[in-house]
Amino acid sequence: MYTDKVMEHFMHPRNVGTIPEADGVGEVGNPVCGDMMTFYIKVKDGRLEDVKFQTFGCGAAIAVSSLVSEMAKGKTLEEALKITNEQVAEELGGLPPHKMHCSNLGADALHKAIENYLSKMSGQQADKAGESNPAASQDEHFHCPFCDFILPENAQLCARCQVKLIRCEHCGEYNREGEETCGHCGAGLV
Amino acid sequence: MPGFYADKQAAAPVRPEVLEAMLPFFSQDFGNPQSLHSAGQKASQALLKAREQLAGLINCRPDEIIFVSSGSEANNLALKGLALANQARGQRVVVSAIEHISVLRATRFLEKLGFKIAQVPVDGLGLVSPEKVAEVLTPDTVLVSVMMANSEVGTIEPVAEIARLCQSRGIIFHSDAVAAVGNIPVDVSALGVNALSLAADQFGGPKGAGALFLKKGTKITPLIDGGVQESNRRAGTENVPAIVGLGQAAELAAREMSEKSARLSRLRDRLIAGVLGRLDEVILTGHPVNRLPHHASFCVKYVEGEAMLLGLDINGIQVASGSACTSRSLRTSHVLTAMGLDPAVAQGSLVLTLLDETSDEQVDYFLENFPQVVKRLREMSPLYTKYLQEKKDVHG
Repeated sequence: MYTDKVMEHFMHPRNVGTIPEADGVGEVGNPVCGDMMTFYIKVKDGRLEDVKFQTFGCGAAIAVSSLVSEMAKGKTLEEALKITNEQVAEELGGLPPHKMHCSNLGADALHKAIENYLSKMSGQQADKAGESNPAASQDEHFHCPFCDFILPENAQLCARCQVKLIRCEHCGEYNREGEETCGHCGAGLV
Repeated sequence: MPGFYADKQAAAPVRPEVLEAMLPFFSQDFGNPQSLHSAGQKASQALLKAREQLAGLINCRPDEIIFVSSGSEANNLALKGLALANQARGQRVVVSAIEHISVLRATRFLEKLGFKIAQVPVDGLGLVSPEKVAEVLTPDTVLVSVMMANSEVGTIEPVAEIARLCQSRGIIFHSDAVAAVGNIPVDVSALGVNALSLAADQFGGPKGAGALFLKKGTKITPLIDGGVQESNRRAGTENVPAIVGLGQAAELAAREMSEKSARLSRLRDRLIAGVLGRLDEVILTGHPVNRLPHHASFCVKYVEGEAMLLGLDINGIQVASGSACTSRSLRTSHVLTAMGLDPAVAQGSLVLTLLDETSDEQVDYFLENFPQVVKRLREMSPLYTKYLQEKKDVHG
């Protein structure tokens, strides 16, 4: 199912751990969905001097975190912000279709850590600027069933992982198109 | 590396005696059981023998067995076929919340046809209580289906009591016994069920052969129309080699069950005690006593099931998990959810089902390896770091 490179990173992940006095921290995902990543960065002269991560998740999630940390280390903030999900998946020799959302999480967690650092630097509220998701200001959040991205009202497609969505008429939660029953309340989807 | 395959439920080796019985029916005795000539009659005789062998295992009449292709087909035939054929009585179907997906999806199909479906909840151990079933039975209930044993958490359900309850109200009762037949005693006459599903690959037989026991006199609508096979209830040329394998496996299971079950349950208990003793923050899922003899299942907190599965596989240990990431649908097991498990904890699901030949050495090997796999993953888990921090905060 996984490429040798994914398995190699899964078995020997680089840069696992935390940075106690990190300049920026980015957390994405949540344990209910099965994936959660926290990235820690140390910045010196506009470069990522150190990158560490902790991941709760499947083999793909661990491999993605490891690779992202490796790719980011030593890069300028600008360069690191340009790391894309596609690059991550490509570097790993591809991921199974149902695991693509893991590659999104990795880059997002890194970017969030950088944004967190930048917002601290510019003196803004960390939680405000550190939030890369514009829909997050709403009180009632609906999350993508695949990648946990916060969705706006009436979303038909997740802007992050491109999964097609269908909304449950019963509870209002989003499900993946094609599902027959709501993963949140069990009601039938039409 | 000794290796330890502990995913019997997904697939198990066909027993040598079973394979031997099957082999002639591929090329040598290849006849169609419906043909009147001698080649056909040889195949027909083989089917009859398989029917008798299976009838011996589950204590029914040979003509009460419908051979099908799998447990899922047996469940579909039971749910759809029984509901459709008997809907004059009513259009309400009752199932438990932890039924196999083939049962649950079949009820979804019935719902589209206008049937009303009621799901009976389970307790934290995965038990369906007969009282809870009784609460939802209405005069228009036509069919109740509750599984004999759950494949994800191993819990054995009080099927006899539920069957009695249904019988007393004239409601048809079906039990999905795919995980049970061949592993624990299943006597359809003593249980008082109207229909019961089973699959050969769960007890040493080949994939591609299952059966539905259907009590004589119970009306059913076929899913596959066509020829007269299986007394007009399941058309299509019979998969003779696989059915012969099913019969042979049934005969062996009947003969060896008590000895095997005693041996496996001892290994299972050692495995469970070993895991719970070696790791903190692990829970046993399912019933501690009323469980399948070859089944051990856990939720390991702060780690994810697929990662454990991969980590073990590298060490030659093959297991299953009900975590969202393990499934292609990325959904957490509906069984663990129905049992009220915290969704985050359910991600750490691990399921072991032991092959007949499992040894003490293999259990030891697992107990040596597993804590290391968990330790490595916990060390990189932000949730475990948080847990340790909170523990430190509480205890100073």
